[in-house]
Amino acid sequence: MTPELIYGLTGIAVFGAGLAGSLGAQDRLRRVLALKLASVGACFLLIVAAWREPPAAPDPVPHALVITGIVVMVSATAVALALIRRLHTLEAEDDAD
Amino acid sequence: MQTDPMTLTLFVPLFGAIAAFVLPRAASVIGPFSVLATGAAVALLAREVLAAGAVTVSLGGWAPPLGIALRADGLSVAMLAMTAAVGLLVSLGALDALRDARQRQYFWPLWLLLLTGMNGVYLGTDIFNLYVMIEVIALAAVGLTVLSGTTAALRAGLEYMYASILGALLFLTGVGFVYLQIGRLDFAGLIAAEPSGALSAALALMLVGLLLKTALFPLHFWLPAAHANATAPASALLSGLVVKAALYIFLRLATYMPPPDEMLVTLIGTLGAGAVIWGGIQALRAERLKMLVAWSTVVQIGLIFIAFARAGQIGLAESWKAAAVLILAHGIAKAAMFLAAGRIKDEVGHDVIRDLDRSAIRPTLAQFTFALAAISLIGLPPSLGFIGKWSLMEGALAAGYWHWVAVTMVGTLMSVAYFSRVLAAFLRFDRVRAPVGEHQGWALADAAPLTLALSAITLGLMAAPILSFIELGYPFGATP
Amino acid sequence: MIDAPLLPLFILLTSLLAAPVLFALPERAASLRTGINLGMAMLKVGLVAWLSLKVSEGVVYDLRFAMLPGLEFKLQADPLAILFVALSAVLWLITTVYSVGYLERGPHRARFFGFFTLCVAATVGIAMAGNLFTFLIFYELLTLATYPLVIHRGTAEALRAGRIYLIYTLAGGLVLLLGTLGLWVLAGTTDFVPGGVLDEVAESRPLAAMLLFAVLVGALGVKATLVPFHAWLPIAMVAPAPVSALLHAVAVVKAGAFGIMRVVYEVFGIETAQALGMTMPLAVLAGVTIIYGSIRAITQDDIKKRLAFSTVSQVSYITLGVALASPIAAVGALAHLIHQGLMKITMFMAAGNLAEGLGVKKVSRMDGVGRAMPGTMLAFSLAALAMIGLPPLAGFVSKWYLAQGGLDAGAGWVIALLLGSSLLNAIYFLPMLHRAWFRDAGAAAFAPARPRIGWMLAAPPVTTAVLVLVAGGFANAPFSPLEWTRFIVAIEYRE
Repeated sequence: MTPELIYGLTGIAVFGAGLAGSLGAQDRLRRVLALKLASVGACFLLIVAAWREPPAAPDPVPHALVITGIVVMVSATAVALALIRRLHTLEAEDDAD
Repeated sequence: MQTDPMTLTLFVPLFGAIAAFVLPRAASVIGPFSVLATGAAVALLAREVLAAGAVTVSLGGWAPPLGIALRADGLSVAMLAMTAAVGLLVSLGALDALRDARQRQYFWPLWLLLLTGMNGVYLGTDIFNLYVMIEVIALAAVGLTVLSGTTAALRAGLEYMYASILGALLFLTGVGFVYLQIGRLDFAGLIAAEPSGALSAALALMLVGLLLKTALFPLHFWLPAAHANATAPASALLSGLVVKAALYIFLRLATYMPPPDEMLVTLIGTLGAGAVIWGGIQALRAERLKMLVAWSTVVQIGLIFIAFARAGQIGLAESWKAAAVLILAHGIAKAAMFLAAGRIKDEVGHDVIRDLDRSAIRPTLAQFTFALAAISLIGLPPSLGFIGKWSLMEGALAAGYWHWVAVTMVGTLMSVAYFSRVLAAFLRFDRVRAPVGEHQGWALADAAPLTLALSAITLGLMAAPILSFIELGYPFGATP
Repeated sequence: MIDAPLLPLFILLTSLLAAPVLFALPERAASLRTGINLGMAMLKVGLVAWLSLKVSEGVVYDLRFAMLPGLEFKLQADPLAILFVALSAVLWLITTVYSVGYLERGPHRARFFGFFTLCVAATVGIAMAGNLFTFLIFYELLTLATYPLVIHRGTAEALRAGRIYLIYTLAGGLVLLLGTLGLWVLAGTTDFVPGGVLDEVAESRPLAAMLLFAVLVGALGVKATLVPFHAWLPIAMVAPAPVSALLHAVAVVKAGAFGIMRVVYEVFGIETAQALGMTMPLAVLAGVTIIYGSIRAITQDDIKKRLAFSTVSQVSYITLGVALASPIAAVGALAHLIHQGLMKITMFMAAGNLAEGLGVKKVSRMDGVGRAMPGTMLAFSLAALAMIGLPPLAGFVSKWYLAQGGLDAGAGWVIALLLGSSLLNAIYFLPMLHRAWFRDAGAAAFAPARPRIGWMLAAPPVTTAVLVLVAGGFANAPFSPLEWTRFIVAIEYRE
């Protein structure tokens, strides 16, 4: 069991957990969190795959991809959370009527 | 900064979006004007491509694989032109259709941002670049979906966001693995790569991500609600233009990457067939007009994928053209149809199909536009939709794939059935209480959708030049 | 005479361009609308006359432009096209006059005349189509343009009828699309060439060619009311009388029969079709339709439905003549295209007058109408006698040629069929005449006793009845329809 294999399997497992959660969860916030989890898993996989035997430095391109991915996820999550909050307010109003 | 047409098509809408956001009171002027300017840039680009085949520009002077290169060939320009033309007409329609000040304020920056993203996709040559642009599109599109502010729209927008995030994630992971396999991220690298199992798996991941974004059955769940609950101009943009971006990327990847295996092509075709049948059933059951139109989008996307798979793996070199024609036809006709549906809803007051014929107010011009758009979507001659359908069936017959022909014919019959639900309601007068006037509900706002619908019908007559244009610069790398 | 190579295109454009104008006119602008309608119709007749003259002098018209790689939109003006175009143009003019009178104060006239004009444009396009692809385009346009006319009244019944009409015709159109595709893939061309384009295909892949024949004729058979695809025609009788008159006597039904003619003569070629063994089954099917239509007509009390079933039967004479591989039968078929158009349109317009003027829609209420509307009923009677096949009227001429053609083709049963059919025609037409002329209105007296329906409603049926007389009586004169059909058949059979 090499470290790479363990890291790789962990990444896949986290991704899988996130995926399952995003498809199966009912609560909105849970789904957003599950998606974030899936993205963590995916990014982890990419970083693991970018590692090179020292003295070579790890390949920077996947790292760049991951950073971009994180930035995009942050903005997407922000939008999703804003929508959830607004929906919460609107639904509370609807229930109150 | 370079000022050739390609970079202009990216930066004009971007700066327009920023300007419209910063100066909300001038947004209604900045918006259409930016679209017009972008259209002019596209026209210039088209001239260059006609002359030279394909045109490439490296941003900042850095060549790939390090820098970002933009490339415009026939297909790119065709998509850019469709986006600009449809976008301009939808913008004109939006000037009248947007109700309150808040919608007017935010529509323009969101739409211009969307335009930037789409132009970036059509000009990009690097899969990572495409990822970024697709995300820009997704965020802007979600914004447009929830613009109306209703609960239904927000719920639909949230579902769209979930699907979009998941799709983007799969795509990014795929991009990462492609890099790990071949060490490059540009199209030239993809074409030169040797086929291998790992590469195919990585590309498969990317494709699944794209399928989520184009809403191919069975990953279409987010589309109907999102498109039906948005305001009419937003729906027109979403159905007409946004889904096309991911379709375009799919088309490029499928033609550049190592040839997929026959089973994969058949699978894609089968999913397309599922979309046609399932979407058709749901459209027959739809209660509201906009929901019916949204399900029709699901059907048409399925048809585009069938066109792609029409002659199996060997036929891919030619089948992409049939898919491209259907993409163009659908973009124009669907935008027209959503705008017309919006007009009808505005005039009649509601869009419940069953009660459309009880209304004394009959917006005849909008109804006529709807009928013309339906003709192209059903695929009746001489519309562009007919040309696309003919190409699909011709290729399938020539290769002996009868099943695609059969599915297309069933789909055509179903589309006649669900569109005639609406058209019959337009022509029926025996359930109206009040006297019905004639030539009612004509407004300047009808001009934009009518122009789009008429184009969808008459462009079919120009199919030959269109087809030869999209072949310019194909395959990739044929011209410097 | 000035040369005008784009003449076929102009003929098409006279109605195609008039349509948007007519749609846009407000309802009140009745005189302007009538003016445009009649003006365009007369212009079209004039242009068609000019075209006919040119074609008879030997000028060839061939207009084409490429729509898809290898596929062209093609208009031609060969003698067969001229036949159909001339018939359509003349009858359009007459029916336009009739429609203006009929719909004088009705609702939605702008919409009606707009679609009416589009129908004529589609029919002209069908006539002058130079290949099956162009034919398909106009065939579908015809379906789309006729639907709003069928449901014009807007009632639930009209919509139900319209839906059935649309289902039949669009399904037929879809099958025709399949057939056109098949032809394109098999033969590499969809052009109409006398003698056909499928000689090699018929030799190398006879099964595919036979299947193609069945698909094409089946698809066209929907509009041509071949059994079992005929059911839409009687149901579509809910349309106003001018619609039934022009469309179902002339445009739609004849388009189907004309299409079958083009397919048999110019896609397959009569010899190839015979070699494939497809002509006899088609002839038998036509024969069955002839008898079936007549039998159903006998039991109909509604006048228009009776006439509809009569059309089902009569149009199959044309199909029969085409399917019998004999030039004499072909002459009969082509002549019948014209004659049946004239006779049927007379009868439908007369039926419309009976409904408008006297409120009579059923055969059982026809007692004494001869006295009440003598002009109309005279026209009707003449047409009815012609249909039965009384010499020297037009119907007799075509039946005579068909019978001779049947003998020539070795199918003697055709004579028995024609005699039987004439007998059946008599059984369902003569009682109508008897009631009209030889019975008194009795208790259900008409009020007013002699209604004034205006010249616009009265003159057209009388005019077409006169044409029926002339076509029959002067059949052997130069420039008569019969002479023209002999000319055409010589071309088709020359191969």
